[in-house]
Amino acid sequence: MTEPAPRIAVVVFPGSNDDRDAALALETLGAEPVLHWHAEPELPAVGAVVLPGGFSYGDYLRAGAIARFSPAMQAVAEYATNGGYVLGICNGFQVLCEAGLLPGVLRPNESLSFVCRDVAVRVERNDAPFLAACETGQRLTIPVKHGEGCYFADAELLAELERNRQIVLRYEGESPNGSIDDIAGVVNADGNVMGLMPHPEHAVDPLLGSSDGALILQALVERARERLLAAA
Amino acid sequence: MKATVLVRPKPGILDPQGKAVEDSLRHLGFKVDEARVGRLLDLEVEGTDPEAARAQVERMCAELLANPLIESYEIELGETT
Repeated sequence: MTEPAPRIAVVVFPGSNDDRDAALALETLGAEPVLHWHAEPELPAVGAVVLPGGFSYGDYLRAGAIARFSPAMQAVAEYATNGGYVLGICNGFQVLCEAGLLPGVLRPNESLSFVCRDVAVRVERNDAPFLAACETGQRLTIPVKHGEGCYFADAELLAELERNRQIVLRYEGESPNGSIDDIAGVVNADGNVMGLMPHPEHAVDPLLGSSDGALILQALVERARERLLAAA
Repeated sequence: MKATVLVRPKPGILDPQGKAVEDSLRHLGFKVDEARVGRLLDLEVEGTDPEAARAQVERMCAELLANPLIESYEIELGETT
């Protein structure tokens, strides 16, 4: 008998546009994705939550600033505080930063241009929950597509992130957005919440140029499975 | 009561929008040392007590209107309408 597919919620905000790609990628990797509408105040029983890419609430005010007030986000915050696994991709990363679940902020790209291309990112540590299938120092090829991906933290916060080893992914080669210290992905202090600008869900099939994103999402699926088994 | 909030990128924070405006102004022949782009919010808040209104708008800024990591803000209270 095969192991049951772990359920993973993909939160859908008005303006999300990578929710279905994320769900499809998770399904391909053995999970049972559950699309979860932002207005629902209660999360279903899931092993992990994904906040997908897109332009939630039209990116009004600041990207991610409005989405964090949605009922689903209150639940996600509680879920994360209780140790639940949360992955924010692109706009999802912006939402997590604005919600204070991840440190820092994402600002308009230094070039002011929307950037859509494959980037190389280096895995800074593979002991983070969603990077367990990677090697430290491994170079992943994953696409980015964003206008506001310039990660910023002030000197004090940056030192804290370094100290706590919260910087987990860095761009290699030409930076797509001017992020400080080439930061492409960070985790919270406990490691159960991660955000990244590149889109692993768009890189799960070699037919589309790279399957490196599957390394991240597969690890997420495994963590979700473990968590659900532990709770059962 | 009317309240106006001015949100600005903090000094030292890279402001690509301001840079683009600055370059465009120079192209037009204006002598500009620097341009920074912020945001202005006109609010109509309840009540007539300026102190209470200011306190309320302060909370709005802290919770939503500005991101303290990158932005500073100023509040101006208008006349009671």
